[in-house]
Amino acid sequence: MTWEVVIGMETHAQLATNSKIFSGASIAFGAEPNAQTSLVDLAMPGVLPVLNREAVSCAIRFGLAVGARIDQRSIFARKNYFYPDLPKGYQISQFENPVVDGGTITLQLGQGDSATTKVIQLTRAHMEEDAGKSLHEDFHGRTGVDLNRAGTPLLEIVSEPDMRSSAEAVAYARALHNLVRWIGICDGNMQEGSFRCDANVSVRKPGEPFGTRREIKNLNSFRFLQQAIDYEVQWQINELEEGRAIQQATVLFDPDTGETRAMRTKEDAMDYRYFPDPDLLPVIISDDWIERVRGEMPELPEAMRTRFEALGLSTYDAAAVTASLEIARYFEGALKVAGNAQAKQAANWIMGDLSARLNREDLGIDAAPVSPEQLGGLIARIADQTISNAIGKKVFDALWQGQGKSADEIIEAQGLKQITDTGAIEALVDEVIAANPGNVAEFKAGKEKALNALVGQIMKAAKGKANPQQVNDLLKKKLS
Amino acid sequence: MIHASLKEVVSALDAKKVSSLELTDLFLGRIAQHNPTINAFVTLDEEKSRAAAKAADAARAAGNAGPLTGVPIAHKDIFCQDGWRTTCGSRMLENFVAPYNATVVERCNQAGLVSLGKLNMDEFAMGSSNETSYYGPVRNPWDTERVPGGSSGGSAAAVAARLAPAVTGTDTGGSIRQPAALCGLTGLKPSYGTVSRWGMIAFASSLDQAGPMAHSAEDCALLLNAFAGFDAKDSTSLERDNEDYTRSLAQPLKGLRIGLPKEFFNADGDAATMAAIDAALAEYRKLGAETVEVSLPSIGQSVSAYYVIAPAEASSNLSRFDGVRYGYRAPEYSDLNDMYAKSRAQGFGEEVKRRILIGTYVLSHGYYDAYYLQAQRIRRLIANDFDQAFKQCDVIASPTTPGTAFKFGEKSGDPVQMYLSDIYTIGVNLAGIPALSHPCGEINGLPVGMQLIGPYFSEHRLLNATHQYQQATDWHRRTPAAFA
Repeated sequence: MTWEVVIGMETHAQLATNSKIFSGASIAFGAEPNAQTSLVDLAMPGVLPVLNREAVSCAIRFGLAVGARIDQRSIFARKNYFYPDLPKGYQISQFENPVVDGGTITLQLGQGDSATTKVIQLTRAHMEEDAGKSLHEDFHGRTGVDLNRAGTPLLEIVSEPDMRSSAEAVAYARALHNLVRWIGICDGNMQEGSFRCDANVSVRKPGEPFGTRREIKNLNSFRFLQQAIDYEVQWQINELEEGRAIQQATVLFDPDTGETRAMRTKEDAMDYRYFPDPDLLPVIISDDWIERVRGEMPELPEAMRTRFEALGLSTYDAAAVTASLEIARYFEGALKVAGNAQAKQAANWIMGDLSARLNREDLGIDAAPVSPEQLGGLIARIADQTISNAIGKKVFDALWQGQGKSADEIIEAQGLKQITDTGAIEALVDEVIAANPGNVAEFKAGKEKALNALVGQIMKAAKGKANPQQVNDLLKKKLS
Repeated sequence: MIHASLKEVVSALDAKKVSSLELTDLFLGRIAQHNPTINAFVTLDEEKSRAAAKAADAARAAGNAGPLTGVPIAHKDIFCQDGWRTTCGSRMLENFVAPYNATVVERCNQAGLVSLGKLNMDEFAMGSSNETSYYGPVRNPWDTERVPGGSSGGSAAAVAARLAPAVTGTDTGGSIRQPAALCGLTGLKPSYGTVSRWGMIAFASSLDQAGPMAHSAEDCALLLNAFAGFDAKDSTSLERDNEDYTRSLAQPLKGLRIGLPKEFFNADGDAATMAAIDAALAEYRKLGAETVEVSLPSIGQSVSAYYVIAPAEASSNLSRFDGVRYGYRAPEYSDLNDMYAKSRAQGFGEEVKRRILIGTYVLSHGYYDAYYLQAQRIRRLIANDFDQAFKQCDVIASPTTPGTAFKFGEKSGDPVQMYLSDIYTIGVNLAGIPALSHPCGEINGLPVGMQLIGPYFSEHRLLNATHQYQQATDWHRRTPAAFA
């Protein structure tokens, strides 16, 4: 009996503004508890919120990036509930008239040639303030409250229940994570809680209406997201197959046990008594404001992918070099020097040698010792046959170690220029044929492999600098 | 000096006939003498007051005096005042010392006004009689068996008893105008957004507005000049150029059209009150004004709409008083929810709890549309009524209150009766427009107030009309016998 998994996501992205959404306090991570709190964040009697317009610009930017409708008159509402880390006793959020309405995110699924795409519909995205943190350790049975995070601007991005597996949910979260960093509205730091996912999970028989969902809260890594959904799906299927109905509930994922457990059920769901915040006027977003934001927007990953595919990259490669803005910028930097015709080679270098080396040394692409221009120069020399691919790896290594400012400089200084002079290669070929009668005899007896041994000898004699194609051609000619 | 207008006080300071310190000591002395009877002040700090007076005297001596430098004032205890206990009339904030100044306080300080102390009020400004204050009721200087009105009752009583020449108040449904009427003062509720709400402890954010209370329209105009104007810290503050509210005071009233809403001028009104209003209207006609009948068809629903919207906002605004960060916390509790419940049950008084319950109810799922949204619709109808009426007149007149000051306990047992006494004042807050109450007569030795209502930003016109009336009459100069 097969079950279909249905997943919708709610994601909180912390907006990369300089200050809080309704106060002038800093939002930098890691300060002493309560050091970054203004009178407003502490909810002193008589204080009032003033909207940080930078947060609105971030929301507009997101709306434009996902092709959503920007609501030009959006409203802040109060979500009322009591908790010690919610100083006002209400959270300022958006309920009716959120700033971003609709939009889509395109996922890349699968690997290599079987890679496909899927479009996920967004419901909405709205601005809100974060709560503080309750600290249950180190207070001898009491609870400490840190309000540094209270008032940090968030964009809550809500998807339609369009995902059908944990893999799709993770692909969605990754795509969103890439996008918010790409457009510069969120630093995406998941450990610090800058990007947190809630997953609404239900299962059903294909073709039937949606099942009852349970919401897994606050998943702060892609791995936990996958594990939590997988566990939850299996749990729900077991419940249903054993004849028990699913109760709508909010659940938490415990990374230590790998299990989800219910935090509260629908019966004790709170009535948040939303109503428009009378301290804040409706946010009026003019056409000019939208156009200004549009003008500052970087080229989006999707547009870039299409452009790269036109240069001859496969869907998979195009997705790989646009996995982040940093990689895409690197790729473009390399292409600028190597030329568009080398797109495939550049992608191979970046996803191959460069990323392997970066991984090994635990570096981000921003910190790569080989600059995009250097790599581009290297690729150009391979393309024009100044050096072979094998020598290219040597030059790459030299660049990595800072042995020269450019591939050209290293090729020149270390004498790595490929030998393409037919006469010089012919001399080497003759020499090796004469010195290795055994291999020659084997080849003539039909052992193709023996040719490789001879090529290797010739390349060795040429210190790797002979053009491999020429060597092959000449050798075959001489032995035929 | 206790009967002097602010202009006269400033002249005396200018002429060095009196110093700010002497004035301050004079009023502090009267407070010491009379406050035990009146209970208008909840917090005094003579040292701070004298230091401010000395600073004002020094500024004046150095030639740096502004229009009101050295003039004593007292603030309603709803305004946060840096370093002063700020209680809002509640046990919840009995020990709360404000860490910052409300914009109103800050601007008064900048103007060199000398703060005499904090004024008693209904708890969180919820009340029309000052009987809901945790610090005991304020007594009306005209008859200490009677209420001074509310919620700015301490403010009104302090001026009436000559314990302060000028005070601040706040008005959510009539809390400046009603006590001004019951204590024989002039009090102005400005257009919503004219005076910053920063630092003014919120009751109902969309209705709250601070304003001046003093003897005369001229005094109110001078005070409003000191503290009105745009403030970036309040998003509902209106970005307009500062205006001089005294600019039109001297303008003759010839041609002023006074609208009389037929809903207010009918047989239901208190006969003695209406007679006093009629006499005042006769005086206005003598000054050149004419009266026209107008209509406010939806005004009868204003009390109902108000008692949905104001408690709804209040229920949310007062959530921050949870015993976690400041304010009252119950001494014993078993867990978090118990701490919330006990702290709020013990820290808030009956009227506040009643309104939190009403507000929570009307915002609840399933009731929101029927109550809150419906009330907002009525609110728009009332605003439209005023817009229509102001096509036929320049200002609207009415009684401020249905009668004169009532006795303690007379209405406090029946909340609905108490709420209905706001019938003349509440529509103004719902519409956001300015209105003023000025004394216009006496009934059995108790003052009667007349309300003048104007369209948005017509404060100068209301002050002008009242000033001209006060040039021709002396109701605003009368003093309760025990405080003369």
